[in-house]
Amino acid sequence: MTPGIEHFLIVGALLFCIGLAVALSKRNAIGVLMGVELMLNAVNITLLTFSRFSVSERPITGQTFAVFVITVAAAEAAVALALAVSVYRNRETVDVDQMDLLKS
Amino acid sequence: MHGFGPSLAFWVLAILTLVSAGGVMMVRNLLHAVLFLIVTFLGVAGFFVLLSAEFLAMAQIVIYVGAIAVLVLFAVLLTPRAGRDNGETRWAGPAVLLSVALLAVMLFVIKDTHWSTVVESPELTVADLGRALLNRWVLPFEIASVLLTAALIGAIMLVRSPEEEAEDALA
Amino acid sequence: MMLPALITDNWYDIRDLGNLSHEILYQLNRVLPDGLVYVIAALLGFVAAFLIFVLPSQLYVGVLGERKIIGRIQSRYGPNRVGKFGVLQPIADAIKLMQKEALTPKGADKVVMWTAPIIFVAPAVLLFAVIPFGPKMVFADIPAGIIYFMGVSSIPVLAAFMAGWSGNNKYSLFGAMRIVAMTISYEVPLVLALLGAVLLTGSMSLQDMVWWAKHNHIWLVFVQPLAFVIYFICVSAELNRTPADIAEAESEIVAGYLTEYSGMKWGLFYGMDIGYALAASAFAATVFLGGWSFFGIDRWVPPWMIFIGKTHLFYLVFIWTRGTLPRLRSDQLMSFTWKFLLPLALVNLVIVATEKTIWNKATDGDLDAAWVFIFAAVNIVLAAVAVYLWARLVGYRPEDVPTKPRLVKEAGGYIPAPAPEVR
Repeated sequence: MTPGIEHFLIVGALLFCIGLAVALSKRNAIGVLMGVELMLNAVNITLLTFSRFSVSERPITGQTFAVFVITVAAAEAAVALALAVSVYRNRETVDVDQMDLLKS
Repeated sequence: MHGFGPSLAFWVLAILTLVSAGGVMMVRNLLHAVLFLIVTFLGVAGFFVLLSAEFLAMAQIVIYVGAIAVLVLFAVLLTPRAGRDNGETRWAGPAVLLSVALLAVMLFVIKDTHWSTVVESPELTVADLGRALLNRWVLPFEIASVLLTAALIGAIMLVRSPEEEAEDALA
Repeated sequence: MMLPALITDNWYDIRDLGNLSHEILYQLNRVLPDGLVYVIAALLGFVAAFLIFVLPSQLYVGVLGERKIIGRIQSRYGPNRVGKFGVLQPIADAIKLMQKEALTPKGADKVVMWTAPIIFVAPAVLLFAVIPFGPKMVFADIPAGIIYFMGVSSIPVLAAFMAGWSGNNKYSLFGAMRIVAMTISYEVPLVLALLGAVLLTGSMSLQDMVWWAKHNHIWLVFVQPLAFVIYFICVSAELNRTPADIAEAESEIVAGYLTEYSGMKWGLFYGMDIGYALAASAFAATVFLGGWSFFGIDRWVPPWMIFIGKTHLFYLVFIWTRGTLPRLRSDQLMSFTWKFLLPLALVNLVIVATEKTIWNKATDGDLDAAWVFIFAAVNIVLAAVAVYLWARLVGYRPEDVPTKPRLVKEAGGYIPAPAPEVR
């Protein structure tokens, strides 16, 4: 069966939902970051699918957008991990359930 | 995308990527979860090759596997052993329900829409990507470089120990 | 049947084996079901590139040749007991490693420990898929060949990290973290140096680089000497060769990330160290040293022989630096790359971009070859000046580096008081 646009979009949707489940349900802050990275990868797959398959006068725009998504994901991963390490130094834990100082 | 090769490649990559993503969720050891994440990144790079974006596939490997995965591994090693069991919060059940619901909505939309597609891939080269980044999208390109600088400086400032800060403070 | 003087398209002309393989694959494609010929092509490419070229080179040049040459540099014979002139030494090594017990420590992570050597071997084999051995002998001439090299060479880093962490041993973990920090630091000037080469030739595909060198009658090493030197230093750091082998520093951390490995698992790491060095040499021979072209001789002499010769020549320079230079400290290596190599790579990039713009504007689009020689001369001078000035600025003074040994007293060192005699 030749893979068409729907196959790639379904793979992207599945990956996004798995990433969402990981991001919302993990207790370790780094686990949450892993879920976010999965979601960003799924978005990249979807963007490139549309770039390859859609009728458009400038199909390179999908790839350009994907480049920017990769860049921003790298920057965000660096800052998020620095935050996690810094929180560990101050609070002795990286458990997201215990970071509830703002709770009333 | 006709022929036996691309079809086989698509199914193998799809199974590999989705099983590894499931592994990130299910595995009981955080370091093993990071290894499954790396396999997922490699699978996604394979998808990029299938979608005629070779430069992005290699950039994905260099950036995600070569840098981000290494960062995550370092962060896992710098944080305590107690949190390495990859456990779930008490919102795990509702989270899975929410993602299943979202998946259902997205699958319905994908199946129901009438996509107008082209069959042959547009001949896109790396030169086209470079031209697009420097002509039409030059402003986001420059802002992305400022963002990366800010992230670099921010990450370094966040993990400095107080002695280093005192050493470098302006007297 | 006499071989004609120039390389032709006939299938029996062994000087360009691409003819033979194309003929075989074409005949197979008419017989086999659709798409299966790619698998056969991959197997054929693996056999030809890896089993016929790399494995014997690895054994004879990498194991025996390296040890004999380093031995001669150190005023001793290399291995010469097994077979005449030590010729059977690699085979003896392989037999020894295969019959040795591959231990797994008790608290180690078995699955990760078993998969780390496999992940280490795969990229070294994958790199030979894109390297052109001749005008038609390239397995996959992808249009992003250089960044393919960068991507594939960041995977062994992860394998080394997995190997170090899975051993349940503090020395291994130290080795793993040192090697990861060093490798990701040295990747940055490497990419920038290769980017200069890409700018000048206008394409990322490796076969295009060789055609550029053939068309302009000059090798990229003369036009971009600074990029070549930066490439050499960064690649020898990526490959963990002395002077940058803090990962496997035998006198410091037992054996770094390889502490818990023995038997054929260690043999895979060691062999692929050499295999990966050969891949990096082949890559440098393609991009910088002109690939399979040699100023016109490659129409008579088989181009793959020229290419193999250049690869081994580059590998000889690796062996030479390993035998001669001492090992550097971890912090010396880090400051070297971030403070010295990265600014130099950026300066190189600016110079190349300027020259390419001048080239474009002066010849109105069609780039003729005469300008490249002018650029080569200018670049060599500028490279020497930039290195000298930047070294001065960073703080290197030749007066601080003694070229003759001095006595401890004159150099201002500390002489401990003599121990009291015990009767």
